[in-house]
Amino acid sequence: MVPLNNKSNPTAAFLIVGIILLLTGMCWGIIGAFQYVIPGLFKSQLSFERIRPLHVSSVVFWIIITAVGCTLYYAQEHTGKKIYSVKLLKWQWALFVLSVLFILITYILGIFGGREYWEFHPILALPILISWILCLFNFFKTTGTIKKQPVYVWMWFTGFVFFLITYIESYAWLIPYFRNNVVNDLTIQWKSYGSMVGSWNMLIYGCGIYLMDKMSGTTTYSFSKIGFAIYFLGLFNLMFNWGHHIYTVPTHGYIKHVSYLVSMTELLLIGRIIFLWRRSVKENKKHFHQSGFRFYVAADVWIFLTLLLAIAMSVPAINVYTHGTHITVAHTMGATIGINTFLLLAVVFDQLNPVIRKIKNYNRYLLPGFWISNVSLIIFWVSLIVAGILKAWWQVHHPEIPFSTMMQSLRPYFILFMITGVTLTAGMWMMLLPVLKQYFVQRIRVKKRMGILYNRRRASLHTS
Amino acid sequence: MFRESHKALIALLLVTGYAGYSIHIYTDLPQANVEQHIQVEKGKKLWQSYNCIACHQVYGLGGYLGPDLTNTYSLKGPAYIKAFLESGTNVMPDFNMNNEEMEALLAYMEDMDRTGIASPSSFKLHLNGTIEQ
Repeated sequence: MVPLNNKSNPTAAFLIVGIILLLTGMCWGIIGAFQYVIPGLFKSQLSFERIRPLHVSSVVFWIIITAVGCTLYYAQEHTGKKIYSVKLLKWQWALFVLSVLFILITYILGIFGGREYWEFHPILALPILISWILCLFNFFKTTGTIKKQPVYVWMWFTGFVFFLITYIESYAWLIPYFRNNVVNDLTIQWKSYGSMVGSWNMLIYGCGIYLMDKMSGTTTYSFSKIGFAIYFLGLFNLMFNWGHHIYTVPTHGYIKHVSYLVSMTELLLIGRIIFLWRRSVKENKKHFHQSGFRFYVAADVWIFLTLLLAIAMSVPAINVYTHGTHITVAHTMGATIGINTFLLLAVVFDQLNPVIRKIKNYNRYLLPGFWISNVSLIIFWVSLIVAGILKAWWQVHHPEIPFSTMMQSLRPYFILFMITGVTLTAGMWMMLLPVLKQYFVQRIRVKKRMGILYNRRRASLHTS
Repeated sequence: MFRESHKALIALLLVTGYAGYSIHIYTDLPQANVEQHIQVEKGKKLWQSYNCIACHQVYGLGGYLGPDLTNTYSLKGPAYIKAFLESGTNVMPDFNMNNEEMEALLAYMEDMDRTGIASPSSFKLHLNGTIEQ
């Protein structure tokens, strides 16, 4: 592991765009939460069908672009070599960022054409695909073989390849054979989405393991039998457990049975977390003073909570109740904020350390921001679960009660999730705005310095 | 430590299993795949271009601001749906659809309705955790 200095960090731009997307994406989420509480808010300017994709796509792209940037950075540190092609990396970044920008603009204008989660016009999927292929090529060229590599390299490799496969698969609907029947269409859609989430998790967890190795100074885990066993278990779930998204869809019964059985293997992970609980608490206490590590500890807690909920939801008889309710949203929020975002922030804080350590009195922003966002997330999560339980009861036992009456009864929980959504966002802004500010201040300083040097050199050449 | 050959073998088994499973599903899609009516196809495109799924669900999948629409066609009837499409609600905007668009969307919703029952109350739960409709 050869730490890179800030000057040789061409992947920082990925992280910065990621942070901007996270912070703006959360603001779209706040507007959406307000629309739950104040029906008809911004109905003629930015109605919910525009706000939801703005929120979801921004935060999904935060996860993807940051996971890519972090992986490529660690791939360089791990191999001790610079990225294969910086030019390719810049092209990849530009293609991705421009596509995201276009996508968000089309959402604001109300131009759609895709499906849930990829609502943008399918033509915009193309530059993202090209960008991913460039990235894959650059990654392979940088890391070389996966022979005798630690588990995180296997995870990165898996993440990159499976994202490509599932991303292409998610556009199978463009072929009439797949889209001609709603059930067939939903089956293939959720087959791809379920595995796609697993693929970006591979990138993020791989970075998390790398960071742990870096902090502990050992590579025991990443070459261990248990490390690889857990990786293969994760890969097994990535490939076969997606059926739990469509238990209530009249698709093949075997898809549901396979998914149910495969999902239950995740109980092994829960068992391991409980078994290692004491040791983790001791380890966490030791490093808790380090800014990035705090996020790691928070993610640890969220992994446990989210996994418990996920396993429960993977039992079809429970899923009948939770499916189509805010319990699903709670699970998604736990996974994307509690696990993905906190793990990514731990990694981002490591990679942007040269920037962060120059922020004056940063703990003044970081500590309150960290606690505000975590406490908010817990209340946010619980309010969604309670709203979900009430909706579940309605849809299974009292479907005769009108939808609007049921929604009215959930209002107190929507108000709670709106308020905690605001405080959660405030906490994130508090922690990340100084980082963005410092990054841009440093960039401007470097540019100015380079300009002065260039002018001096030109002047000296002129006089000589 | 796992031997390199063991890792490769497990990975190969998993990848082969995944590829086989995927091909099997692609070639054995759950429902009959008949040639779609032009109106239904048009309705599906409209459903996507108005991003209906942001607020509504199909088989419980989608946004939660509005109700699940899988079986609305048979439960409430086309006139009821048309009334909503014509003027919107206090939450749903009026999309200013013309009659042709509304008919296409209705055709799509009718087609969707024919595929099955979405209500969770229609499921029978078993003690082993499985479900049956």
